Amino acid sequence: MSIRFSFDGRTYQGEPGDTLASALLANGVRLMGRSFKYHRPRGPLAAGSEEPNALVEVDRGGGARTPNLRATQVELYDGLVARSQNRFPSLGFDVGAVNDAAAPVLSAGFYYKTFMAPEGAWAKLYEPLIRRAAGLGRAPEVADPDHYASRYAHCDVLVIGSGPAGLAAAVGASQTGARVILCDEQPRFGGSLLSDRNARIDGMAAADWVAAQVGTLAARPDVTLLTRTTAFGWYPDNMIGLAQRLTDHLPDPDPALPRERLWQVRAKQVVIAAGAIERPLVFSGNDRPGVMLADAARTYAVCYRAAPGRRAVIATTSDTAYRAALDLQASCVEVALIADARQVADGPLPAAARAAGIRVETGMQVLATRGRRGIRVAIVGHVDADGRVRSREWVRCSLLGMSGGWTPSLHLFSQSRGKLRYDATTETFLPGESAAAERSAGACRGVHGLEDVLLDGAMAGSAAAHDAGFDAPGPVRRRVEGAMAARWTAPVPSRRKQRRAFVDFQNDVTSKDLLLATQEGFHSIEHVKRYTTTGMATDQGKTSNMNALSIVAAELGRPVPAVGLTTFRPPYTPVTFGTLAAYSRGVLFDPVRTTPVHGWAAAHGAVFEDIGLWKRARYFPRGSEGMHGAVARECRTVRAAVGLFDASTLGKIEVVGPDAAEFMNRMYVNPWTKLAPGRCRYGLMLGENGFLLDDGVAGRLAPDRFHVTTTTGGAPRVLALMEDFLQTEWPDLRVWLTSVTEQWAVLAVQGPRARDVLTPLVDGFDISAAAMPHMSVAVGSIGGVPMRLFRVSFTGELGFEVNVPAGHAMAVWEALHARVEALGGCTYGTEAMHVLRAEKGYIIVGQESDGTATLGDLGLEWAIGKAKRDFVGKRSLNRPDMTAAGRRQLVGLLTADPGYVLDEGAQLTAHAPPPPGTRSLGHVTSSYGEATLGHSIALAMLADGRARRGETLYVQRAGGMVPVRVVDPVFLDPEGVRLNA
Amino acid sequence: MLLIPCPICGARPEAEFTYAGEAHIARPVDPAALDDHAWGEFLYARTNPKGDHAERWRHTHGCGRFFNALRNTHTDRFTASYLAGATRPHGTPTTESLDAPAMRSETEQWGQA
Repeated sequence: MSIRFSFDGRTYQGEPGDTLASALLANGVRLMGRSFKYHRPRGPLAAGSEEPNALVEVDRGGGARTPNLRATQVELYDGLVARSQNRFPSLGFDVGAVNDAAAPVLSAGFYYKTFMAPEGAWAKLYEPLIRRAAGLGRAPEVADPDHYASRYAHCDVLVIGSGPAGLAAAVGASQTGARVILCDEQPRFGGSLLSDRNARIDGMAAADWVAAQVGTLAARPDVTLLTRTTAFGWYPDNMIGLAQRLTDHLPDPDPALPRERLWQVRAKQVVIAAGAIERPLVFSGNDRPGVMLADAARTYAVCYRAAPGRRAVIATTSDTAYRAALDLQASCVEVALIADARQVADGPLPAAARAAGIRVETGMQVLATRGRRGIRVAIVGHVDADGRVRSREWVRCSLLGMSGGWTPSLHLFSQSRGKLRYDATTETFLPGESAAAERSAGACRGVHGLEDVLLDGAMAGSAAAHDAGFDAPGPVRRRVEGAMAARWTAPVPSRRKQRRAFVDFQNDVTSKDLLLATQEGFHSIEHVKRYTTTGMATDQGKTSNMNALSIVAAELGRPVPAVGLTTFRPPYTPVTFGTLAAYSRGVLFDPVRTTPVHGWAAAHGAVFEDIGLWKRARYFPRGSEGMHGAVARECRTVRAAVGLFDASTLGKIEVVGPDAAEFMNRMYVNPWTKLAPGRCRYGLMLGENGFLLDDGVAGRLAPDRFHVTTTTGGAPRVLALMEDFLQTEWPDLRVWLTSVTEQWAVLAVQGPRARDVLTPLVDGFDISAAAMPHMSVAVGSIGGVPMRLFRVSFTGELGFEVNVPAGHAMAVWEALHARVEALGGCTYGTEAMHVLRAEKGYIIVGQESDGTATLGDLGLEWAIGKAKRDFVGKRSLNRPDMTAAGRRQLVGLLTADPGYVLDEGAQLTAHAPPPPGTRSLGHVTSSYGEATLGHSIALAMLADGRARRGETLYVQRAGGMVPVRVVDPVFLDPEGVRLNA
Repeated sequence: MLLIPCPICGARPEAEFTYAGEAHIARPVDPAALDDHAWGEFLYARTNPKGDHAERWRHTHGCGRFFNALRNTHTDRFTASYLAGATRPHGTPTTESLDAPAMRSETEQWGQA
């Protein structure tokens, strides 16, 4: 069965189980991408998730286009469409490759040195140019059509990685009955065992042994097996983020399936079995297509049966490359030479290679390579201990496998805040002291040799289960045959001048860049990293960090651990935004709060605005009315007749208990003790710092019961503050607080005819001015519905707020609406509400006040209970700054042109234009066009504002200044005749 | 995501909690008796230690209770949690400003309106 796929528009055939990289190699395609900065031709360096070069985009159609995927991890399916990136017009001929010729000026820090002058050119000219020339894939242009899932999971032991150590750990841990999750980023479990053609474990071939273990695990009910799942991040208290890819490998996925799933796993114990990554060698031209890690070449040949070349040279400082050479030879790749930089290579693997007739040269290194779009020649030579080249030889080849030993994968261990230790014998960093409930097993903690790795994994699994509270039997030692011990040394950094000897392949950082950085005085590896960008690409330096470190350490003449390793940060490999967002998209991004009247308002053409999470009706346009016309009509109707307003979003808290009044006394500035049941008060709440925090009318329903309202946005904050004081400062007070915001709908009837609206509807009680004066509250019913009726006003008109249980709100609203219409009234929205309250000089907390406003500033100090010894914020009122001259005070502003509307937030000055250095006298807080007064109005906070009434000041506007007269902030009915009607 | 030990509900994920500042800063019994400097210290001065920090948390999306916890600001690990009003657990380093007077409960200190 063969699979058809396309790459850059050409159709190829692959085999099931192929990755895009292996399939292209099998088709003889080595060139898969262009490098980030120099646009150099690149092929795959690796065969796994550490791949820095072969980044492609996969287009699934319908806008589902994913850039920057590693071709080594893209699973082939029938009809796959993939494209190369960062090239124009084509991968084979890329005009950006002139950057390569310009490399001498594009060295480390070239941004900082080259693109300085002229001023301003960086943002306008250089940056856009550089961003276009250098880079990765194109971001998708349309909303992601796929959907994603997320789930939480708990387990006793999470095993990360399913190579020999991970499999042994999972089997060992799960036999105790512990709940185990085993995850691996690859499509199949087995890790390095999948490409091991020689080893036999307990008499079975490696692949058969893997299948047997996976079978055992699958049969255990408390084991969860997750392939295609990357453990990408370690978060506090053993929460591990896993990204599971569910459909990207399927040719025709069920649209009901999520594309990827985020797992947030809380694990009691974690076994990290992340393995090790082979280390490249640094030499001139080590980035040509065809130059790859020796073990990657072996994997392509053994695992995918995709020959990465016909004639190979192996360059190494490690015995493991000999195994690669042997396996390549067995896969019909001619191995022309093994160039081993070590002076001696006498282990069993080198012996086996020599026995197989492969030419082995010790003390030999690759000096350079040749070839245009791929390697054709390796130039090798004997190099003595002093670095002098003693011989030179050209070897024709199409594959160069390199190995500088192995770097343990410490990413997750390091993210868990574990301390690293340096092992001088292998010249690697290894996990040291743990900071989390985890342990590493196998190659990621420097254990090598299959038998030892299997035992190490089994021990780690048993120990993890034991630490999670399970009775764990001792680990079983597996019988292993056919695995040969391997040794290696770290490559010695060359001091020779090398051109284009790449250290960080993905960010195009060469050894020359690193040397330059140290010469320019960057001696900390963290500084070198930022200056050269080494290790800062999306591969996070998986293949480059150790080489960079050893080059810098050698140049500085300091030991490697003294130079230090840069920090590992999540994610291990890139994670899609879709996975991280999961369900939190569209309407589920944030909750939406709607009032019981919302559906009616929508059906009657309301235009809504967002107030926090609430949807509020802003205005109700009729016919062709715009916002200004609708608002002006709504305002006039309220002033002339009556308006109906949905105020249900008001925060509401019921304060109940024998000490309720005492509690109110302490929380609010106002005096509450003597407030009679049936009466209301405009409550003002300060922070302990003395500034206004929230306001709202509170009604006393009974001696031990207050119905407190808050601002729409302030409700949670006010309740939390009340709870805080009640629980922690005054636990002796017998008071209970309940949020009733959603339980009571608030339907405001405002205007001279408000009483006429309600009189026939309320059930048998007197709402006359005598029985229900301004600021009173009564409990009764309306049309049989329980009601708390407040006589309050936020418009300056005679007004009532009908509180009814939310479930009955629509019935009452419709009854009220019919009466309002009959009396010539209308519904109004928040915009008209804002205008009406501003005409009356009523503040909105957070609009007139901003967290630095005192009650004195706002002209509200009358509300303070003078006889009270203390309340929250009282002590702060006596601090000198709170009463100092020059504080900004609430005033009204009138423009000479009655039609001109000032900009909210505009600054006030005494002169126009203000001389340079003039400080603002204040700012406009609210400003509205003409509605009912015949002119526009504005409120402002103005330094010494009350003393400035009558003065003319100037307000900034676009292109000039507008003269304004400072007036009292109450524009309408200062005597309160309408209010008290 | 941190696990925070609520003394009532047990360890729960961080997302259920709200941070509420340093603990053991009791509101003065008689604020009027404090001079401006002392009141300013009460309002704004905090210890900001490196190491164990006694702090207030509220299990907002759980039992709703405010409680105190010791969290090491260097390792970001909780070492203890205890009910509001309880004294800071023994054996943990303390600083002078944390030796605030015990929580007040004298209703009579409050003037009546």
